Amino acid sequence: MELFLWSSIVFCGTLVGLGALLQVAARFLVDPGPFTIDINGGERVFQTEGGSTLLAALTDNKIFIPSACGGQATCGHCKARVLDSQESDVLPTEKAFMTRQELRNGTRLACQVKVKRDLALRIPGHLLAVKQYRAEVVSTVDLTYDIKEIRLRLLEPDRMDFSYGHYIQVNVPDPDEGYISRAYSISAPIREKNELELNVRLHPAHGKIPAGKGSSYLHSLTAGEEITVTGPYGEFELDQDPNVHLICVGGGAGMAPMKNLILSVLDTIPGKPVSLFFGCRGTADVFYLDMYEELARKHEHFKVVYALSDMQEGEQWNGETGFIHLSVDKHLPDDLRPHQAFLCGPPLMIEAVTEVLLDKNMKPERIFYDKY
Amino acid sequence: MDHQPFWIILVAAIFTNNILLSYFLGMCSFLAVSKRVETAVGLGMAVVFVSTCTSAINWLIYYELLNPETSILGVDLRFLQFIVFIAVIAAFVQLVEMIVEKVSDQLYTALGIFLPLITVNCAILGACLLMVIREYDFVRSVAYGLGSGLGWMLAIVAIAGIRERLRFSHVPAALGETGIVMVVTGIMAMAFIGFAGIVSL
Repeated sequence: MELFLWSSIVFCGTLVGLGALLQVAARFLVDPGPFTIDINGGERVFQTEGGSTLLAALTDNKIFIPSACGGQATCGHCKARVLDSQESDVLPTEKAFMTRQELRNGTRLACQVKVKRDLALRIPGHLLAVKQYRAEVVSTVDLTYDIKEIRLRLLEPDRMDFSYGHYIQVNVPDPDEGYISRAYSISAPIREKNELELNVRLHPAHGKIPAGKGSSYLHSLTAGEEITVTGPYGEFELDQDPNVHLICVGGGAGMAPMKNLILSVLDTIPGKPVSLFFGCRGTADVFYLDMYEELARKHEHFKVVYALSDMQEGEQWNGETGFIHLSVDKHLPDDLRPHQAFLCGPPLMIEAVTEVLLDKNMKPERIFYDKY
Repeated sequence: MDHQPFWIILVAAIFTNNILLSYFLGMCSFLAVSKRVETAVGLGMAVVFVSTCTSAINWLIYYELLNPETSILGVDLRFLQFIVFIAVIAAFVQLVEMIVEKVSDQLYTALGIFLPLITVNCAILGACLLMVIREYDFVRSVAYGLGSGLGWMLAIVAIAGIRERLRFSHVPAALGETGIVMVVTGIMAMAFIGFAGIVSL
């Protein structure tokens, strides 16, 4: 009995002692600030405590820069220029995500920078417009066996000014971190300011790879539930010239930005030629085709081509077959010099399609892609 | 085992009974952080510091609290040694991290995310457990902790130097990056056998 008593006392005593020591040390060693963070030369200035990461400090102050991995230095999205940062300050964990120019001009991953002094930052201006929204699920519709269309109504604030090809981040509850954020493209056209629509493909557990946290969460939602999202984010800049042909190529679950672009462009820029090429594996993966064919009948400058790459015997299909880059090659003219392309799909598809477009003389800077 | 002078223990822990090359303890950070000499020196110094200090603290805790013959409690709590040693080491690494961050930005940048690796560095726990098994007194324990740390640092700096050279040689692809380090470590361990007989534990 005595043994149990003493072992508990000694064990707990040691831990409490060590904890107290660490607290005292933190008190003396970690500079508590407050530090001033200045964004874009005075556009936003706020004070924050020392010791946390820059990403956390920005998020706490409602400045949402994109971060798909939640601060683990694996996605490389949370880039910010720290003005007096030297190339030698960059941690080994960040270097993989930086170009030479970024290394020189002080670009850092915000999740790897600890706030230990006053910082002056440069971030893309539109990120300051990013806000956090409460939203309510209005409806969820199964588009295929693994893709759901999820509509959200914004509650507070109730309007989001998003533009062509923009995306949002969904806060997914997580037992370890409170929440993690996952990025999803907006599939609704830009005229809908109060409602957001997402196309979410479920990533089930596959061998040792666990099920996708974001897609599992979104697929489990039902109408009426409330979620938190931040946005809008996006780097795509649409060429609004009505003579420039917009070529959209998507595959798998890469439909959402295409739908947003096509519906928005047909709405806002009459006469602008738009083509959609979409690659699926079998007829079970095809969705939205009826809607696009209807649109193509109404607008003669809009073309739609779906191609199946992996048809099983007995499937009925009278469209294109084979990988989507073959259809792109076949249906587009040989000279695409002035035109613009938006690609969204798996990396291999993006590579193959980029090659075809470059062969057709499209300039590399006119090809925008979103790999997932 | 109080017949050996402490400096013999110190030298033996560095050369003849090198904690990494003869016990193969502390391999994880040894493999991960040995790409550049500069980083290896930084991590090595942190290990020397943590290893010396934790062997002193753990010696005091072991003989004042856990060992029934010498403790003030008189109860046999030796079964707690693993968990208590680990807790002390973990807290100490946190402390070192805070100090390093405060004192030198450059060292903190060089070590980056690797500092937490010391927390689970088995070389440090190994040194604490071996000093208990060998029944060293306080001075000898600290000497052994210091020697283990220096020996580990010697090994990681040596391998980092070799790896810097290896980058420009044609390593068979099948060995990969880690495989060749294991092979070189084995050869280095054999080379250290050359020190055998100078002193022994």
